[in-house]
Amino acid sequence: MSAPLLAVERLTKRFGGLAANEDVSFTVAAGEIVGLIGPNGAGKTTVFNSLAGFFPPTSGEIRLDGRPVAGSPPERMAALGVARTFQIVRVFKSMTVLENVMVGAMLHHRAVRAATARAWEALQLTGLERRADEPAGRLTVAEQKRLEVTRALASEPRLLLLDETMAGLTPAEVQEAVELVRRLQARGIACVVVEHVMEGIMPIADRMVVLERGRVIADGPPRAIAEDPAVIAAYLGEEYRAPGP
Amino acid sequence: MMLLQTVLSGVLIGLVYALVAVGLTLVFGVMDIVNFAHGEFLMLGMYASFWGFALWKLDPLFTLPFTALLLFGVGAALYRVVIRRITDAPMLSQIFTTFGLMILFRGLAQYFWSPDFRSVDHSVMNGKVAFAGLQFGLPQVVAAGGAVATTGAIWWFLRSTRLGAALEATAADKEAAALMGIDAQKMFALAWGLGAACAGVAGALLSTTFPIFPEVGASFILFAFVLVALGGFGSVAGAFWAGILVGVVEVVGGFLWDPAYKLVLVLSLYLLVVWLRPQGLLGKA
Amino acid sequence: MSRAGLGRTLALVALLAAALFPLVVRSATWQNTAILMLMLAQLGVAWNILGGYAGQVSLGHAAFFGTGAYVSTLLALRFGLTPWVGMFAGAGVSAALSLVIGWPCFRLKGHYFAMATIAVGEIVQAVVNGWDLLGGAVGLSLPLQQTGLWHMVFNRSKLPYHYIALGLLLFTLLVNWLVTRSHVGYYLRAIKDEPDAARSLGVSLTRYKLYAIALSSGLAAMGGTLYAQKELLIDPGSTLSTGLSIKMSLVAIMGGVGTLAGPIVGAVVLTAIEEASRMGFGGTGRGTDMVVYGLLIVLIAIYQPAGILGWIRQRFPAAPAATPPARGAGEAA
Repeated sequence: MSAPLLAVERLTKRFGGLAANEDVSFTVAAGEIVGLIGPNGAGKTTVFNSLAGFFPPTSGEIRLDGRPVAGSPPERMAALGVARTFQIVRVFKSMTVLENVMVGAMLHHRAVRAATARAWEALQLTGLERRADEPAGRLTVAEQKRLEVTRALASEPRLLLLDETMAGLTPAEVQEAVELVRRLQARGIACVVVEHVMEGIMPIADRMVVLERGRVIADGPPRAIAEDPAVIAAYLGEEYRAPGP
Repeated sequence: MMLLQTVLSGVLIGLVYALVAVGLTLVFGVMDIVNFAHGEFLMLGMYASFWGFALWKLDPLFTLPFTALLLFGVGAALYRVVIRRITDAPMLSQIFTTFGLMILFRGLAQYFWSPDFRSVDHSVMNGKVAFAGLQFGLPQVVAAGGAVATTGAIWWFLRSTRLGAALEATAADKEAAALMGIDAQKMFALAWGLGAACAGVAGALLSTTFPIFPEVGASFILFAFVLVALGGFGSVAGAFWAGILVGVVEVVGGFLWDPAYKLVLVLSLYLLVVWLRPQGLLGKA
Repeated sequence: MSRAGLGRTLALVALLAAALFPLVVRSATWQNTAILMLMLAQLGVAWNILGGYAGQVSLGHAAFFGTGAYVSTLLALRFGLTPWVGMFAGAGVSAALSLVIGWPCFRLKGHYFAMATIAVGEIVQAVVNGWDLLGGAVGLSLPLQQTGLWHMVFNRSKLPYHYIALGLLLFTLLVNWLVTRSHVGYYLRAIKDEPDAARSLGVSLTRYKLYAIALSSGLAAMGGTLYAQKELLIDPGSTLSTGLSIKMSLVAIMGGVGTLAGPIVGAVVLTAIEEASRMGFGGTGRGTDMVVYGLLIVLIAIYQPAGILGWIRQRFPAAPAATPPARGAGEAA
């Protein structure tokens, strides 16, 4: 059996005396959507940043296609096919929407013309093509989040790390975001989604990994997670009924 | 013996540098802004002493408290009128704002007081002091003493008064401080006032031994940067010890090698520290 | 007329005016002023590549200007090398120097980077000041007798200097323009806006900052060579001072950082202020020009960080222009 796309093995990250992540392990298969949830302070963002290369873990390993990548800087992770969005949106405010996406496209298409074509494709996939010429700073927060996803998409990732993409969105916007993630999955892109908005992640995740106080306390399909007493105790507070049959 | 004399001379001037740096680091610690115009507060302190002397024959040591108060007012007013508008602005704006103020102050000084070099040549501070076979200029000793006293006062203020604690709290976490009822705006104005006062006092202390001219701030701002980087951005204690270190390096270096390269030595030290240990000796990162 | 069209027309008019100026205005002082304006504009455009586009504010750029001046002058004095070649040698040395400086300094962000550049600029000035081989504080002078195109020294009229300055400015603008249209330009703007996001998209911050500083310093050095050839005397005070570094950044800030034409506008405004000071207040010795500069910078930094051009763009916004490429050109949607 071939190696999973992403394998997190006993990831531990300590800041001084505080262990933000302790022995975190999970895998992500190609094209899989994995939700990473947990109460505030559980260590989700720390895992995220380790995966994205923003700091090396204290111990443990991260494998992409079986190859160890822990400690690789963000630029290298991008080149290896890992893209991310940011919790607090970081679009390039002085550039237009199109230009923002072009920066993503330029990872694999240096020439401006090729990058432009690639960027338009990405914009059409995510539905932002009408806004292509707007300065990115003038978009609404929801649109900026979508722009970040588009930009990441243009870099042709195999794994997309989405950091609370649905926070602060109206229910209609959440639905649009859910649709977008489904379209990404249809293109074969795996996603690790850190999320608090349950209505956003439960319907689409193939699996959920639940963190509490730096450790993994559950790992399984959404319905199993929703009924797991440990998870309920730590986080949900009440049973969440997954929709559908 | 000569070396000991040189080292101690270095300490004396270093203490004054330290005072200038304390002012700079105070502002930085509280609001993450590097004031490129900080040297101009020193210049204003010098001119205040000079005019007190030229117009009313007042000794700079006597006018020192007034100079301190005056510069406190200037600093706080500057915060209220200008700096307040850029606290959340992009870093480029912040750099250019204090940079522009630096040029503005130098230009105003040149316009109102001419580029001529001034000096305060008559002071109760004149003379020499002999101590254990070593000789020091009285102005240098008094300046160092004044610098230590002022730095000590700032230190005491930060550690032992409620207002000082509030300032430190704002420096540590301005949102948390706000939640505890501390008015960040007041704290920022206070920091700017104190920072300016420090530089102003240093200027007053140096007014009898240094030539006074509009661009004199330029000679000190670099050292202030060096000290703040060396001691750690935001650390008053760091600025103090770094001041002594740099003062000694500067004077001893100038004594052992070509005095023309003193500046190169100090600046190279600065670059080295900033590259190897960005948070400085005692600084928060 | 669209705003882009208006901009292009204005640029053409300005070019024509610059080209015809010395033929129409015969006063030597005014001709000199025009040349200085062109040179200042060129330095501003060079600075802008690093400071305006990449967002790395350098307040020690005179070090590169001076490097160009000294390298070409030394090569001319020692080996009789024509400054036309010396100019590029100076650019090369300056670019190399900038990489050495940039590599450790780019680790620093924002304020700290700016402060480090001041320190570097001061160090370079102090070192050259004490270096006898480079003439020390007195500096170097080029012989007046060797005139002509080869030596790039012109005695009888200032006209050649004017056109060389104009040519250099156009060359510098061309380089800047090519950068903005290449992926380097996009990456630099991304680095300026959100460095972490740029990294997550595969952009190596250090590499692109180094590209920017190498280009910026090389072009500034070429301006230094022109200065040396025009003045025939260079010394640390005139070519390496922090005051000059400040001026180079000033023209870009005032006119509009991160725009092609910004530094040119800034140079015109700055030179106008200097002339007004000279005539109105009896010279720059009274500091009136500094008061005006200082006020302008503060006001611009607070209210209009995008400079004069930024203000114009806000008042006269352009209409959106981009359209999707033809469907046949790319893959199917």
